[in-house]
Order: sequence, then structure tokens, then C-alpha cells
Amino acid sequence: MITHGLKALAQALAGKRISSVELTQLYLDRIDRLNPVINAFITVDAGKSLAQARAADALLAAGKGGLLTGIPLAQKDIFCAKGWRTTCGSKMLGNFISPYDATVIAKFDAAGAVNLGKTNMDEFAMGSSNETSFFGPVKNPWDITRVPGGSSGGSAAAVAALLAPAATGTDTGGSIRQPAALCNLTGLKPTYGVVSRYGMIAFASSLDQAGPMARSAEDCALLLNTMAGFDERDSTSLDRPTEDYSAQLNATAGDKPLAGLKIGLPKEFFGADERTGCSPDVMQLVEAALAEYRKLGAETVEISLPNMKRSVAAYYVIAPAEASSNLSRFDGVRYGYRAAEYSDLNDMYSKSRAQGFGAEVKRRILIGAYVLSHGYYDAYYLQAQRIRRLIANDFVAAFKACDVIMGPTSPSTAFKLGEKAADPVQMYLSDIYTIAVNLAGLPGMSIPCGMASGLPAGLQLIGDYFGEAKLLNVAHRYQQVTGWHLQHADGLA
Amino acid sequence: MSLTLEQVRRVAHLARIEISNAEAENTLGHLNGIFTLIEDMQAVDTRGVEPMAHAQDLAQRLREDRVTETDQRAAFQSVSPETEGGLYLVPQVIE
Repeated sequence: MITHGLKALAQALAGKRISSVELTQLYLDRIDRLNPVINAFITVDAGKSLAQARAADALLAAGKGGLLTGIPLAQKDIFCAKGWRTTCGSKMLGNFISPYDATVIAKFDAAGAVNLGKTNMDEFAMGSSNETSFFGPVKNPWDITRVPGGSSGGSAAAVAALLAPAATGTDTGGSIRQPAALCNLTGLKPTYGVVSRYGMIAFASSLDQAGPMARSAEDCALLLNTMAGFDERDSTSLDRPTEDYSAQLNATAGDKPLAGLKIGLPKEFFGADERTGCSPDVMQLVEAALAEYRKLGAETVEISLPNMKRSVAAYYVIAPAEASSNLSRFDGVRYGYRAAEYSDLNDMYSKSRAQGFGAEVKRRILIGAYVLSHGYYDAYYLQAQRIRRLIANDFVAAFKACDVIMGPTSPSTAFKLGEKAADPVQMYLSDIYTIAVNLAGLPGMSIPCGMASGLPAGLQLIGDYFGEAKLLNVAHRYQQVTGWHLQHADGLA
Repeated sequence: MSLTLEQVRRVAHLARIEISNAEAENTLGHLNGIFTLIEDMQAVDTRGVEPMAHAQDLAQRLREDRVTETDQRAAFQSVSPETEGGLYLVPQVIE
């Protein structure tokens, strides 16, 4: 049962082969046993989860259940959930019990899903290894001496260790796709504006986007159906017609179901440039996946994203600038941590923030405050925004020649805990393939494409604006003829 | 370019983050590494390029001017470090 996809779980629930309470308890027992090793969850509240499961069972018994009714899901601890401790991986919010629900949480509640607990993450989603969490690092279930990726590392590890059938994540520079790649999951970052950011603790507001992390494209589609949609509480939410993301999964069929599909391969991903250099074992698996796509009828064409190589630099101006503004709300007055001793109001702010934030968060706030300060704004912030435009234009031009862009998600498989923790620049460069997608606001996915020395690697799929259904179809077709996504870390039992 | 210790202290002050001398030294090293990476941007000729603030070029929506929120002051203040009589308490600012 614990390796079932969401559809199979829904059928088991509908067919009364298991109740939601039993299913939830099954996962809670696994969390109890394995979370001390993996550290994927920050907060588990069996009482709350089981109460939701009982309500779901009542709905199912009355024949009023939907596809997600009674299904337990792990929620990244960046989403405010009413009555739940919501920490964002920070000491600053270590005692914050949210008085309200994020829209994503409210939508899952309305669908009858069960909140299984809040997953660990890099502090305020700032990190690529889950090592910046105040609540300790998450271990990769495939090798517990390695990182799960970040910032949605707890969500990725929870699903990979079979502690949850699926989870939510958020992606500002790769935080869904990179951990999905490192933990053998299917993860989707939608087009900016498709999923509401209301109640999702803000890091870089023009880049943050929530999405599903699961074991298949099929499961991601099902979750996105619930997550997506216009929300008047989010000023950048897009008001567009509702889509059924599952409907296109099987839109293509036959021997060559992807005949006519043009896959763009950026020469900047596949070239030998040292900065963007991908480890040979990951590249080999990506090439093998592309060969599989050709067998499915797709054609590959070379494209160019010439400004891609500037994306990390532009991102580390724009994201910290937005973060320094967003995180100014943590002042020890209305919520969050307040220092025990201080002399006056300014001292209270400075001490509360110094003690409440971790080192990486402070670094990014300082970078942001600097690039926004008088005399530097044009040289850094405006220049970064101009490069952002050039990067977005590169994608617009590329999508005239192809339908979907592919390449590696991460330049390596999971690295060792501590390996990059001392050098922020090395850590930042691990998101070299994913960041440009956020700057442009495009949808991106990572799907499992094989194992290198027992560690999973991810293939990244980048779509044109609102191309989620197309991406899911392209991913699903690959998953119909390969079994990489079905492999799970069984070393933990 | 290279930051100075004084600039790090100044930015920390602007950001209202207390920073010790040892922390400032350590931060200086990290920030200089990061700014070396960021300087990469300066090689690009961006004359005539319109800055892109946002992934979707949207105008802010306006809504009808009516009350949409209910009074949840008690719930929202329940998570505050210190309140009294419905007010947030901070150290005295005005004598």
C-alpha cells in the first residue's frame, strides 16, 4: 500500500479496502519509526491528522469523496496551516502557531485530504541542501550521509522514504526540482501565478511558486488540479480558465506517442563550459533519457539560451533584494521570536533578528540591503532586472523552435552533508540549471531518469508559459515506458 | 569590487541585525565571494533593455472598496510576544 500512487490509494479508499484513518495511521507509524533518522518532518500532530482522516472517512462513507479525500499529504512548513506550528525552518517562527490557512492548505482541506505534518526545509527556503534549517539537516533516504537537496528537502525525503505518498513544495530558484532530482521524485514548478502564494511565507515574491512533489507525473497532475486556480488574496494570482491537468496525460498514444514533439537542447546545458559543467554520470543518464524520447517519436533540436550563464548572478541580486524587504516583517513585535533582553526599540529589533535568523538568511538579507542601498541600486538591482529580461527573451526565442526544453536538473547527484555548507558560492552554483526558469516565470519539472552509483538523477523539462499540461503529458509518456520513477529507497525498510 | 568591514556593519545596521566584530569579519569574506559571482553581470551590455521586475507583466488589480475581512484581532494577537488591552507592546519610544 505504501508504494501506491494516489489514484491507487483513492481506489483503495473508495473500494473500502482501507479507511483513511488506517492509511493515515500507517504513515504516522512509519514517520514515528523513520523520522528520527531522516528528519523530514518538523511537526507531526497525530491527533489533528487522524481527526481529518475521520472526517474524510465520513465523507467517503456518504459517497461524497473526491479523488484526494482521505489521502494523507505532507505539507512543506512554509505553508501556514491554522492551528499548526508553522516555522519556515527558522528559530524566528519556532513557536508560531498559524492563526490562518494558506490557500493551498485550504484547498487541500476542502478536497478532504489529510495533513500528515509539516516538512523540514532550508530556513525561509534559502538553501539547496536543507542544511540551513534551524531544526537540523534532512538526510537523503537513498544515502543518509548525503543531502536531500533543498529547499523542499523534507518534502522530498518524506516521499522518497515512503513517509508520505506525496507532498507540497515551493520553488524560488529550483527548490522543488533539485530535491526531486536528488531523491528520485517527480516535481513540478508551475508557471508563476498559477498557484496562490497566499499564506505561503514569502522569500522572493516575484519568483516563489508552489507545486507538487510526488512519485509520478500522474500524481503531480492530480495534486496540481487542487492547488492551481485564481485567488483574489494573492495580487499576482492569474485569473484564467480552470484546467484539468490530468486530461492531457494520455492525450497522445500509439507506438510513437510523441511524434512531432520538438525537444530543445540548449547548447549551454550540453556544452563543455566549466561553470555549467555537469558531472559525466548525470549527463550520461540525461542522454539516455533523450534517446528514450527519440524512441517515443520526439525530435531533438539544438537551441541557445545565451544569457543563461548570467542567471545565478542576476538571481543572487534579485532574490536577496526581495528577501531583505519581505523579511523586514520579522521584527519581534507582532509575531515570531523576540530577544529576551534589549535596551530600546532599535536594540530589540536588532537583537531579535540577530538571534532569530540563521547565518544564510542573514547573509541574504545583507546582500539584499546592500544592492538596494543608495548608490548601488542601478549597478546591481537594475542591471539584474535587465539581465532577467534578456534571459526571459532567450526562452521566448527558443520556444519558437521547440515545444519543450530538456537538460539536467542538477549538475550532480546528491552531495555529502557538509560538503558545500562552508562555501555559499559552491552551494549557489548547484542551482545553475534551474534558476533561469524562475527568473522567466516558466513552468519546469524534474523527473527521475536513472541511477549513478546508487543515487538518483533528474531530467529537467521546461515548458512554455502555461505549458503544465504539455509537460505532464511528456513526462507521463516517458514514465509509461521506463521504471526509474517507481524505484524507491528501500534501505530503510 | 570588494566590500569593507565598515560597509558590512553599515548594511547590518540598515537591516537591523546586530553583528559582532567576529561575525562581521566572517560575513565580509562570504559576501566578497558572493559579490565576485554577482560581478559577472557587469560583463553584459544591457543598454536599452527594459528592466523586468516580474515574471508576468501585470497591472495591480483593484477591488471593490468594501469590507472583506472579519475582526480577528484576538487570534492574530495571540501569536504576539507581548500585547495588552488589544495593543502590541514595545519598549517606550517617546518620553
